[in-house]
Amino acid sequence: MPAMLEIADLRKSYRQPDGGWHPVVDVPAFSLAAGRQLALRGESGSGKTTFLNLIAGILTPEAGSISLDGRNLAGLGEAARDRLRAEKIGYIFQTFNLLQGHTVLENVELGMAFGRGVDRARAESLLERVGLADRRRHHPRQLSTGQQQRVAVARALASRPQLVLADEPTGNLDRRNAREALALIREVCRENGAALLLVSHDEDALGQFEDVQDFAALNQVMAK
Amino acid sequence: MIWNLIYRSLRQHALSTLVTAGSIALAAGLLLTVWVVKTQSQAVFASTNSGFDAVLGARGSKLQLVLNAIFHLEASPGNIEAKDFEMIRRHPAVRAAIPIALGDNYYGWRIVGTVEQLFTDIEYVPGRHYATAPGGRWFRLGAREAVVGSYAAKQLGWTVGSTFKPYHGLAFDPKAQHEELYTVVGVLEPTNTPVDRVIWIPLEGVQTMSGHNPLAATELSAVLVQLRAPSAGLMLDLMINKQGDRLTFAYPIGTIVAELFNRIGWVDRVLTLVAWLVALVAAGSVLVSIYNSMSARQRDIAILRALGARRRLVFGAVLGEAAAIGALGSAAGLAVFMVLAATVTSIIRAQTGVVLEPLKWNPVFWWGPAAFVGLCLLGGVVPAVKAYRVSVAETIAPVS
Repeated sequence: MPAMLEIADLRKSYRQPDGGWHPVVDVPAFSLAAGRQLALRGESGSGKTTFLNLIAGILTPEAGSISLDGRNLAGLGEAARDRLRAEKIGYIFQTFNLLQGHTVLENVELGMAFGRGVDRARAESLLERVGLADRRRHHPRQLSTGQQQRVAVARALASRPQLVLADEPTGNLDRRNAREALALIREVCRENGAALLLVSHDEDALGQFEDVQDFAALNQVMAK
Repeated sequence: MIWNLIYRSLRQHALSTLVTAGSIALAAGLLLTVWVVKTQSQAVFASTNSGFDAVLGARGSKLQLVLNAIFHLEASPGNIEAKDFEMIRRHPAVRAAIPIALGDNYYGWRIVGTVEQLFTDIEYVPGRHYATAPGGRWFRLGAREAVVGSYAAKQLGWTVGSTFKPYHGLAFDPKAQHEELYTVVGVLEPTNTPVDRVIWIPLEGVQTMSGHNPLAATELSAVLVQLRAPSAGLMLDLMINKQGDRLTFAYPIGTIVAELFNRIGWVDRVLTLVAWLVALVAAGSVLVSIYNSMSARQRDIAILRALGARRRLVFGAVLGEAAAIGALGSAAGLAVFMVLAATVTSIIRAQTGVVLEPLKWNPVFWWGPAAFVGLCLLGGVVPAVKAYRVSVAETIAPVS
């Protein structure tokens, strides 16, 4: 299967209060094939979120290349990276990050608003798929945490992304809800043909994946 | 998409939106009212001459003479003699000369003595003669009869057949009632001029009213003059004002009224300044209102950015929100303007008889709201820049 995501010599550091630079990510090579579902195991502070933000184009690396569907993010301006993220990447956050002023349906529509445009029928069908069709007029605060995560899943898949990034997606859920949410994320990604890259430190969550890698082995900063 | 974001944000912050738009509405209403009343009253007052070119009166202020004889305000600068009236009436450059005498009132409504020719011979605006409402007629010389301006009649509740006894003086004094009983024989059709506020009686009625000085029985307060040609006004101005020393020839009336607005121009400049200051405060309130909510919004903005929204989109959405508040406020300001303008217009009508039309098109109706939207846009720049600079990675999730 061709690689949908290819990373080479990726490095990122943060400036410290004392003026020095603290390396966070140093990944010599990484690739993810289209449709593959991979879980990365990593402790808090290991640079997992930074790694995902670099892939999403939210952060810019100091060095290295990130090739997404054949396009190198390093060669793109911020606006082009925004566009690429809107069209090709779905992002699921630990804290869901739903907009409280918008309804459930509007939150899902936001997932496609900045890319190919809003398709209400698709948003409604995704809500039906995650079991929230009857809650589409509700606001996020009116939902349980498990339901909010399902809205976040629907939003991440709304733009028909080729890659879904999931950052500790079950961190705020109890065990039963966490298992249901993960199963749902994996199913929906599979149905939509999207690759899934999940990072977590939760062994129960990681245990549901056949394909698990240690982020510490990938990130040379941790090895050092 | 941007409109949707603006609408959602306005809805989410409905209370601050309404309060801020409300303050803009007050400022916009005040500015529009000041501007419309100023420009329209200048134009209307300067063109109000009741069909006359000049006024002849006693030596004194031209403005006082015009205000007294045309607008029926102020006191007369003094009386002139009958021979002065004859002099001007017989002058070859004068087409018509209408004498007026005043000195009485009815509950503050000014009573003016004149001759029937005012109503029959004079066009108060080109092509329009005075007319009485159905059932009325002009007063007869020597009779104790009155023709009443439409506004005065309406306010006093008078119709043909109503009777009244005048009070002495221009200001109402309940102890100064005359004995003579007058009967209303006609009510003027509305003219939207100061004439509407006057109770008209035959000239000799004022001159010979009981208690008036019998030695002044032939004196007049002023003569309203229609000229055959404008150049005659300059000639009479030279003859009466510059070469004579007893009389005043107030010509041209429009220029003299414009002088009044020059004198009181500082009032509308102060009011306009106040309106603009209120507008600036309102624009500042837009800045503060949106800026204060930016801390709470940063997360929403970071989420939108993470979903692919570009910096310029969130910048535009915040600016658009400020502009939308300005537009809402300006729209509501039109309603405030209508209420304020109706009040001011009715006061001006009650005080002068001059009717303004505040809803008549005025350029301020487009540039006023545009200026308010512009000010609000300026107020939105600082929070928009803050939105533009939101760091997605740092705002959206802790680094792990």
